[in-house]
Amino acid sequence: MAEYNELIFEISRPGRIGSSLPESDVEKVDLHDKLPAHLIRDLPAELPEVSELQLIRHYTALSNKNHGIDNGFYPLGSCTMKYNPKINEDVARFEGFSRIHPYQPIETVQGALTLLYELQEDLAKVTGMDAVTLQPSAGAQGEWTGLMMVKAYFAQKGEKRTKVLVPDSAHGTNPASATVAGFKTVTIPSNEDGLVDLTELRKHVDHDTAALMLTNPNTLGLFEKDIVDIAKVIHEAGGLLYYDGANANAILGKTTPGKMGFDIVHLNLHKTFTTPHGGGGPGAGPVGVKEKLIPYLPVPRIEKENDRYVLNSHHPLSIGRVKGYYGNFGILVRAYTYIRTMGPIGLRQVSESAVLHANYLRKKLEPYFESPYSQFCKHEFVLSGSRQKKLGVRTLDMAKRLLDFGYHPPTIYFPLNVEECMMIEPTETESKETMDAFAEAMIQIAKEVEENPELVLEAPHTTIIGRLDEVQAARQPVLRYSKEK
Amino acid sequence: MTSTYRYLPDTKQDQKEMLALLMISSVDELFEDVPKEIRLEGELNIPDALSEALLVKKMHQLSSQNKQANQYPIFLGAGTYDHYIPSVVNHVISRSEFYTAYTPYQPEISQGELQAIFEFQTMVCELTGMDVANSSMYDGPTSLAEAASLAVMSTRRSKVVVSRSVHPESRAILNTVSGGLDYTVEEAVLDGDITDLKKLQEQMDQDTAAVIVQYPNFFGSIEDLTKIKKISEEKGALFIVSANPLALALLEAPGKLGADIVTGDMQPLGIPMSFGGPHCGYFAVKKKMMRKVPGRIVGQTTDEQGKRGFVLTLQAREQHIRRDKASSNICSNQALNALASAVCMASLGKEGIRQMAQLNIEKADYMAKCLQKKGFNVKNKAPFFNEFIVELPLPIKKINAKLLERSMIGGFDLGNDYRLEKQMLIAVTEQRTKEEIDQFVTVLEAMING
Repeated sequence: MAEYNELIFEISRPGRIGSSLPESDVEKVDLHDKLPAHLIRDLPAELPEVSELQLIRHYTALSNKNHGIDNGFYPLGSCTMKYNPKINEDVARFEGFSRIHPYQPIETVQGALTLLYELQEDLAKVTGMDAVTLQPSAGAQGEWTGLMMVKAYFAQKGEKRTKVLVPDSAHGTNPASATVAGFKTVTIPSNEDGLVDLTELRKHVDHDTAALMLTNPNTLGLFEKDIVDIAKVIHEAGGLLYYDGANANAILGKTTPGKMGFDIVHLNLHKTFTTPHGGGGPGAGPVGVKEKLIPYLPVPRIEKENDRYVLNSHHPLSIGRVKGYYGNFGILVRAYTYIRTMGPIGLRQVSESAVLHANYLRKKLEPYFESPYSQFCKHEFVLSGSRQKKLGVRTLDMAKRLLDFGYHPPTIYFPLNVEECMMIEPTETESKETMDAFAEAMIQIAKEVEENPELVLEAPHTTIIGRLDEVQAARQPVLRYSKEK
Repeated sequence: MTSTYRYLPDTKQDQKEMLALLMISSVDELFEDVPKEIRLEGELNIPDALSEALLVKKMHQLSSQNKQANQYPIFLGAGTYDHYIPSVVNHVISRSEFYTAYTPYQPEISQGELQAIFEFQTMVCELTGMDVANSSMYDGPTSLAEAASLAVMSTRRSKVVVSRSVHPESRAILNTVSGGLDYTVEEAVLDGDITDLKKLQEQMDQDTAAVIVQYPNFFGSIEDLTKIKKISEEKGALFIVSANPLALALLEAPGKLGADIVTGDMQPLGIPMSFGGPHCGYFAVKKKMMRKVPGRIVGQTTDEQGKRGFVLTLQAREQHIRRDKASSNICSNQALNALASAVCMASLGKEGIRQMAQLNIEKADYMAKCLQKKGFNVKNKAPFFNEFIVELPLPIKKINAKLLERSMIGGFDLGNDYRLEKQMLIAVTEQRTKEEIDQFVTVLEAMING
């Protein structure tokens, strides 16, 4: 079959339609009798005109140009690309969940509120926190929500602290969230073991420190073993400790951020709790807090009043609303379904397998790539392409070569403190055979770099399209289709 | 640790071989760097695992405790609407090549997603009359707050003026967001169901970064954007419009009426109500603000052979590059719902979307007239789209309880957010039949007279 390369606008023909609407069963209205002419549209929006089959063929062809977890291995570090269970998709589509309105009388949505309340409870247990809000839509929004609570907490105490500390290995959202919440970011360098340098940390912590944001295990996949001391340093200065839950897949049932000394936690349900990434979203980023921060949680809060569940906005110290309605409910349904599928023992096994898999895969690859840290990793690990770089092949090239083997490459060039970084997260849902095959591909690429570097430099060879000109895209932006061209 | 869980593939043999390679005897050794005092003793205190069959039963029980729009005709809108979703939408977004992928960081194996989003951006530009749209935001309210923050940062002014006819939740979120970036939010008062333009003009000053209105507004009324643009322009403020994309099928595009930023939620086009989320914010600007837009944008380019392809572009704006200098922290967005709305828009097409919007206008118009005929007072002075306010002689809560007895879900009680006691905001979409509307009016009449 010839390769399909059309935009939906290019297959559009006047007069075609892909849907059927009911005939009006009420009186006609002439818009001109209702509205002044300047508020009536004279040129229709140029939406495509296609038949239903054309539409389906178009999007099926597009889907065939896309790689998801169901297509193959997707070891994108820090994104936890684990299997997205099908039953979760079915359940979220039950009409009793998908066709309910957020403003219905609460008596008519008790099932939904029960689910949300129980999910709050479960996530509080998983994180070791005292209360949870499900409102934030994604991890970054959770971070900002948490930091707004930090701000409100200090304001209530009559303090104005301006600094948020983040390690140099932190996700880009950490400093960006701090800025949007009105804090100044101070970056703490890691030590040679890839961990927070306690001496450096002490240098930067003072009475202006509002919080330290930390991912544990960190983005190098390493457990911050000094976490108890780190917490002590922050708390002694009166600051708060924020847990970025991006890497929570390593700790389920093994420890909790609460036990580590964290005061605030966000989780990425689209990472740890199997809700699909959807090509970029929607996700969900619930935030848990310790007792002293409960008054600042966003409203409305989902609470239990005798035998029924209610939405309560009467919390005067709350930071307010952070998102429309009550969160990404459909995503929360999927996470709830997953937690009920796994139970406590299953969740612990998730983390144990995830950590075993990462260490196994790293061990297999270590002879062929620089492995900057020697201790056991948790659910992910980093390798450096520095050895290959000396031979003129960069990590980007090796990532592109992996495409020829049918794999989604690892996260590359992050964290920033590792040269030519590859961050690999196999997850617990991949089989040993899959990891073995991936390791073989990586080893072959390492050999190609030595023996036939052109093969890697010119990759990918088998994809439907070659490397794309990103400079052109940014310099002469074409961000929409235009008919004239 | 054996594969008794269907998502965990390791056999005992697998585990043995992996441990052997690592030269350890148990998985616990991999957790030895977790200090003893913080390890969890015993299991997490959450309910035990359920088989798929039992789980489905439990989830059916939970979902059936909710009264859903398929069984209870719903007259609630207020930002979330019960519209028909063409069957094709769910089929397309159920293609797991789409929903099990992440952000298209590797364009060579993500052309499907990238092209679909490029098409989505085009459709948003068409409806809004703007030059550039991003790939989506969390939802309408958060998208609006991002627009306000962008206006503050790009004008270097410290105040935004938002009409009280903007959704109460949008204003609430704007208040939270403004607290982080330290700007002032002033509300513009109403003249009945629309923004009081005279007062708005008085409120404007040299420190006003933006004027924010909703189109149609929270009460369904259609604000005169031309007049508001003029007021905004006089003080050099940006003009931000939050618009219902379905209404834009028939209403003049905000871009044509001078809007600098248009935001809103795609929920009316292909996204289920789903108890308020996930929906899908959109964000569109004129070309001059292209490099300040938050979130991800897809652009067209070529590969080495000159073949057309799509990539994430203008990334210098984003958090993973700019870190603490970024103007927004958004990372994950609502891509799958953007896809859903693109499929819905393609399915409706150029004519279908106009027909759908027309049906909404006619149904709402019919219901308003029926109510007026029965002597009820429809409060909107301005023309309205698919929503309007009706004043009733009894508390709205009481009326809604009665409607519920008759298996209908009544409108939004304006007593809470606007202190408009005994006033109900009613939404009538194309989903409501004449029969359902008549029944609603009959119940109301019987209740008032009896």
